[in-house]
This record gives sequence, structure tokens and C-alpha cells, in this order.
Amino acid sequence: MKSHYSDPTGAQTIERRTLCVLVDNEPGVLARISGMFSGRGYNIESLTVSETEHEAHLSRITIVTSGTAAMLNQIEAQLSRLVPVHKVVNLSAKAAIERELALVKVAQFGEHRSEHRMEALRLATAFNAKTVDATLNSFIFELAGPYEDVERFINLMSAIGLVEVSRTGAAAIARGAEGL
Amino acid sequence: MSEMMTGAEMIVRAMQDQDVAHVFGYPGGAVLPIYDALFQQNSVQHILVRHEQGAVHSAEGYARSSGKVGVVLVTSGPGATNAVTGLTDALLDSIPLVCFTGQVPTHLIGSDAFQECDTVGITRHCTKHNYLVKRIEDLPRIIHEAFYVARTGRPGPVVIDVPKDVQFATGVYTGPDQVSHKSYRPKVEGDASRIAAAVEMMAKAKRPVFYTGGGIINAGTEASALLRELAKLTGFPVTSTLMGLGAFPANNPQWLGMLGMHGTYEANMAMHDCDLMINLGARFDDRITGRLDAFSPGSKKIHVDIDPSSINKTVKVDVGIIGDCKNVLAEMIRVWKDKKYQADAEALKGWWGEINKWRAKNSLGYVNDKQLIKPQYAIERLYAMTKDRNTYITTEVGQHQMWAAQHFHFDEPNRWMTSGGLGTMGYGLPAAIGVQMAHKDALVIDVAGEASILMNMQEMSTAAQYRLPVKVFILNNEYMGMVRQWQELLHGGRYSESYSQALPDFVKLAEAYHAKGIRCDDPAKLDAAIQEMIDYPGPVIFDCLVAKEENCLPMIPSGKAHNEMILPDFTGQIGDVIDAKGKQLV
Ligand SMILES: Cc1cc2nc3c(=O)[nH]c(=O)nc-3n(C[C@H](O)[C@H](O)[C@H](O)COP(=O)(O)OP(=O)(O)OC[C@H]3O[C@@H](n4cnc5c(N)ncnc54)[C@H](O)[C@@H]3O)c2cc1C
Ligand SMILES: Cc1ncc(C[n+]2csc(CCOP(=O)(O)OP(=O)(O)O)c2C)c(N)n1
Ligand SMILES: [Mg+2]
Repeated sequence: MKSHYSDPTGAQTIERRTLCVLVDNEPGVLARISGMFSGRGYNIESLTVSETEHEAHLSRITIVTSGTAAMLNQIEAQLSRLVPVHKVVNLSAKAAIERELALVKVAQFGEHRSEHRMEALRLATAFNAKTVDATLNSFIFELAGPYEDVERFINLMSAIGLVEVSRTGAAAIARGAEGL
Repeated sequence: MSEMMTGAEMIVRAMQDQDVAHVFGYPGGAVLPIYDALFQQNSVQHILVRHEQGAVHSAEGYARSSGKVGVVLVTSGPGATNAVTGLTDALLDSIPLVCFTGQVPTHLIGSDAFQECDTVGITRHCTKHNYLVKRIEDLPRIIHEAFYVARTGRPGPVVIDVPKDVQFATGVYTGPDQVSHKSYRPKVEGDASRIAAAVEMMAKAKRPVFYTGGGIINAGTEASALLRELAKLTGFPVTSTLMGLGAFPANNPQWLGMLGMHGTYEANMAMHDCDLMINLGARFDDRITGRLDAFSPGSKKIHVDIDPSSINKTVKVDVGIIGDCKNVLAEMIRVWKDKKYQADAEALKGWWGEINKWRAKNSLGYVNDKQLIKPQYAIERLYAMTKDRNTYITTEVGQHQMWAAQHFHFDEPNRWMTSGGLGTMGYGLPAAIGVQMAHKDALVIDVAGEASILMNMQEMSTAAQYRLPVKVFILNNEYMGMVRQWQELLHGGRYSESYSQALPDFVKLAEAYHAKGIRCDDPAKLDAAIQEMIDYPGPVIFDCLVAKEENCLPMIPSGKAHNEMILPDFTGQIGDVIDAKGKQLV
């Protein structure tokens, strides 16, 4: 398609990319990162942050984002030029383990109550989810797993009586002996 | 070297240690301790501006013309918010600045205290980096770090927000040499194998062009000298962006003039038809590329830039080299000589033949007039009469800026100060004041428009106070000419709100500001009037009444390609040139 600016994003394939960003844990650093995304119009699908090296005051931010390859490369370059950023690593380019934790509340089983309760528990077992709270008409499941598993679990629960979900967003780490 | 002192004293001491001779500022409650510390010493001179925006633009002019870091000092709240436009301007044009802002005491932060604003929040997006200093222990390190961040890598503005209690607190001062940054490490040496590959491509090129930008100016005068050497070795044509003017001498026959929206036909056609584009410190701005899918379709592209995010941002390149222009240019020259490369003389001859045909179109031509002063003519005369002097030019934003870029010629870097990226009307006069502060004996001229100059006119008072003989040369067309031109192009000539009504009498205004006022509307008297301006030892406002509806040509209309320029000999209806899609662009 001919346009006045570069190819519209729709014409190119959109990928998901998981980035690990190592930053100085100083006030405002998260605002710098998230502000870069909003200011330049990029997506954040999930973002997790926590101080991982207390001595060095280093925090590790894991960002899942999506866009065209060119856009994702630009996101990496823009992140790298922020002054408190030590390192940006594209974990999707490495074989990486990615996990997220979800707390899933299921309730209001309606007229097929006992059937649905059984089904919910069966699914939880199948997904290796823990039952962390139960009442006569509700459960809370804790599920840790890859993004896709969490998505599938939540979709299945919707059919049964999903009330609420809380997700942490991805934590990710590259396989093998090597560190960042 | 560790001494006890207050935070305010540390700020002044750190300025001294950073070789700061001038700071542009405006006082207020939250910076009084710093003003007191300034009062008690003589090595740092404070220049009192009349508006904080003026302070930042002055510091920009100072920095760009001297290669030093510009320094600004403003108070909290309105002082800081007034500085925002200047900071944004410096960010977009990569100008190194350190701006100190006062802040309410730490225990009041967040309480909506008097003159409190979230300065680091507000300036996060318009600075390269910013700091809120909460502890006196961090202050000296942060100041020296800020200077380092501002001037290295891709230069830019850095804000240091200092709460008033931190200014009063006492602590240990440490000097600049004890500072090293944990995460910020700009890369200055280019990758050797990529440079070798780039130089090999240059040796094989048949229709090459150097596309050079503000990065060469940022890299210092040595980089400009190296560019000249490389151009001489290769014999390739050179074009410059608005921000890069002067890095390559305008009087060199290899120079094609400025490129881009209001660039020359030969520069744009060379960019369009080249087989190898060598981008040195330019950022493929949309004023340059025009329509992206038609931008230089047949060329291989090399891009040298110190900022990795500039490479492949809008235009995909074949060889990206991250590094300082100075280092990379030196390495390119070394490789070219080592390998005993020779440019393809036969091919270059043909290429120059084509270029000379484009040149013959004389795309900067205009029809002169006996009765009216044509704006292009005014700039031509200004150039002719000042070129043998030690002259620096600043501009406001609009047609006059483009005419100055086209018709004033720069043979050296750091002589041309203009707001390119943000396009800030009101930049020129305060910038001229900053330039004059850095170059006391130079002739400093702000080429202005009658609308722009009113945006920071108050700075005439600063010029008067410090006896700075800046000259404001207004091309007065009684229009926001650039807006009027776009309305003619895009909106059927309906000149909505672009007429400059109720203008002040600029001659009287000059007099009110203790300056000299000169008015001229006659081409025959123009030279004498310019001479009078140059000869006057103090500040001057020159009201040059020019043809009102002159368009700034040539022009690549928005949404068009380089080979679709409107040239001065265009005879059609200018309003019919741009299609509906192009009209949506800026
Ligand atoms: C009304 C108006 C009209 C305009 N029309 C035109 C026009 O016709 N033509 C035109 O050219 N411009 C025009 N401009 C200006 C335009 O908007 C841009 O500001 C300008 O083109 C950018 O110049 P540049 O590419 O040289 O980049 P700059 O903004 O100067 O950026 C410098 C680049 O070099 C890099 N760099 C910095 N330091 C170094 C270093 N030491 N080593 C290596 N790289 C470094 C930076 O990372 C950056 O990518 C116009 C502006 C206005 C207001
Ligand atoms: C602060 C600011 N506001 C608005 C604009 C939009 N603008 C660009 S050029 C221009 C007109 C400038 O008029 P003048 O100073 O008379 O210059 P001329 O184009 O007539 O030479 C305007 C309003 C701008 N660049 N900056
Ligand atoms: Mg005007």
C-alpha cells in the first residue's frame, strides 16, 4: 500500500516480545520507562518490576510488548538510551522461560452448581492450579505458568462462572548457565 | 578534595569546577540561597533575563556558538514551567544544557505548597535526564553527573531540581574527577568492520552524496575539519540539513546547499537519484525525507549517529554505525588512505554533470523588484555586507528563517543558531543574547519575523542591561508568512488569523528599550541602512519592510517526493499542488 509515511503497521506482522530491562532502582525510574511507551505510542501488554539486586540497587523490569519488528527494535533502542538503564535484553530472541501468576476467582455456579464445582476443580487439577480459597459457592485458584496456559485457563473458567482475575504479568529468564 | 559547604555553595562551586563562566537565570523564593552564593563570588557571571524561556534559549545560543554546556537557573513553580519550551527546544536540537530549578523544601513536596510543581514529572519528557535531589550527600555527584550527561553522547538538556532545604543543608563537596556513571556510557568509537564496509561502498559508488547534519556540529569543530578532508579525498557532493549549516563551507563547489522541504533542487535531486547516501549525524527528519516510500528509492544507505535509536528509526539503512562523527570520520579517512582507494572518477564526472544540470535551474532564484524590498534580497545584502566580519546569525521561526538558511552562507560551524526540531518562535533574540555573551566582539544578528519577535521581545531589556549590541533584523511582511503560505497552499488562500494586526512601531519600541531603531522600505537605501545598523555600537531593531505575500520557494509540498518540488518558476496554481492526503500532514 502506498502511503505518505512508512508502511502502516497493519501491513506488517505484529509480534510479541519479552524484554528484560535492568535499571538503577531510583525514584521515578518506572515513570521514565512507562512514559517512554506512552509518549511514543507503544504498547505495554504487561510490566513487572522488582528490586533483584539489593546491594547494587538494581531492579529488573520485565516488559511484554507487541509491534512490528522495526517498532520493537526501536523500543529496545529507546529504552537503552534512558540514563538509568543498564541493559536491555530481548528474551524472546533467546530460549527463555516465561511465567506469570494468576489468582482466579470462580463463583455463582447457578442451577448446575455441583456439576460446575466439580468441573472447576477438575480443570484446576489439569492445569496444576492450587485452590487457595474455597466457600460453598466459590473458589480462588492460583495458577503459575506460561502466558498461553493462563489465558486458556481463564477462558475455560469464563464458561463456568469467572468473577475476577488478578495477574502479575510475566517474569522471564533465559535458559542455561549464563546470566544476563 | 573534600570540603564542607552548603548546598547552595556547592552549586556555585560545581559551576566553577565545570568551567561555567555564565549562567542565565531569574530569581525567586526557592532559589534565594543560590542567588546569595552567586552574590558572594565573581567567577560565575549571572545574566538576568526577563522571562525564563529567554534564559533557556540564551543558554542554547551560548552553548551552540561556543561548544560549551549552557547553564540556567530558575525558581520553582512558574520559573520551572516557563523553562519548559526552552528545554523541549534543546532536547529536539540536541543542545547541551544544565538547568537548575528551585523546589519547595523536601517535607512540603506533594502538599501543593506555594509555587510547587512536579518539576521532574513535567520535565521528564523534555529533558535527556532529570534529577530531584533529596539529600545533600547526593548533590555534588548529581551536578557533575548532569554536566557529563548533558555534553556527552547525544547532547541534551538536564534538569536538577533542588529543594530549598537541600540548598541550606551542609555537606561534603566532591569535585568532578571523582564521578563515574553507573549505567550511562555513550559509544563514541564506531565499529571498525562496519566502517571498513562503509568505506568500501564509498570507493565503489557511482552517484554518492554526503547527507550531513547537526551531529557534525555537536561533534565539535574537529569533525567539521574532518568532513572537509573526507569530501576532498573523495570528491563527493555534500549537502547539509538546517541544523548542519556551516559544518561544510557554503563557498566550496562540492556543496549542494541545504536539502529538504526548502532545500535546493540539486541537493534534493542528488538525494533522490544517488546510489549511495552517507548520512553523517543527521536524523532523517520528515522535513528531509518528504514522502517516505519515495525517499531515495535506489540508494544504499550508510548512517553514522551517536544515538542508536536514530538508526533505522524512520528510514531503514544498509550500514548503521554507532559512534561520534569525529571518531568515525577520522577512521573513514584512515581506511580510505590505507586501502589507497580511489573514487570512480569516470562515474563521478557523469554524476557531477547531472548535478550541474540541476544547479542550472537556479532553484533559489527570485524576481527582484525596484520598489519593494524582496525578503531574499534583504538577506542577500545582509550577507554581502557582513560576510567579512566575525558574524553569528540566529533566527526566529518562519519564512525569514528559511530565507536566512538559503541566502546567508556559512563557511564555519557554530555560526548559525536556529530552532530546527521544535520550531520555536521567540528563540532568536534570547539566543542572540547568549551568543553575544559568549562572543563579546562578534556581530550577532537575529534574523526575525515581525510576529516571532514579539514572543520574547522583553529580552531587549536584557540586551540593554548588559550592553549587548545584538541586532534584530526583522523581515516585516505583516504576516505570519509561513502560516499564510500554507493557507495559500492548503486552504484556498483563506488567511485565517495570520495577518499581523496592530503591530507596534518597532522603531519606537527600540527606543523604549534603549536601543536604536531603523526602518527601511526602499531597496535603494537598504545597503546604507544595514551599514548604519552594523556601525551602531549598541543593540538595534531594524524594521525591514518587505514584500508581503512572497512565498518561500523552492518547496517540497507535504506528502510529495524529492523530485516533485515546486520551483520558483512554477506558474500553476499553488493551491492545487497538494492532494487531500498530503493536507493532513504538517
Ligand atoms: C519552518 C521550518 C522548516 C524547516 N525546513 C527544513 C528544511 O527544508 N531542511 C532541513 O534540513 N531542515 C528543515 N527544518 C529543520 C528540521 O525540522 C530538523 O530540525 C532538521 O532537519 C534536523 O537536522 P538534523 O537531521 O541534522 O538533526 P539534528 O536535530 O541536528 O540531530 C542530530 C543527529 O546527530 C546525532 N548526533 C549528535 N551528536 C552526534 C555526534 N557527536 N556524532 C554523531 N552523531 C551525533 C543525533 O543523535 C541526531 O540523530 C525546518 C524547521 C522549521 C522550523
Ligand atoms: C511558539 C510558536 N507558535 C506557533 C508557531 C507556528 N508558526 C510557525 S511560523 C509562524 C509564523 C511566523 O511569523 P513571522 O515571525 O512573522 O515570520 P514569517 O513567516 O512572516 O517570516 C507560526 C505562527 C510556532 N512555530 N511557534
Ligand atoms: Mg512575518
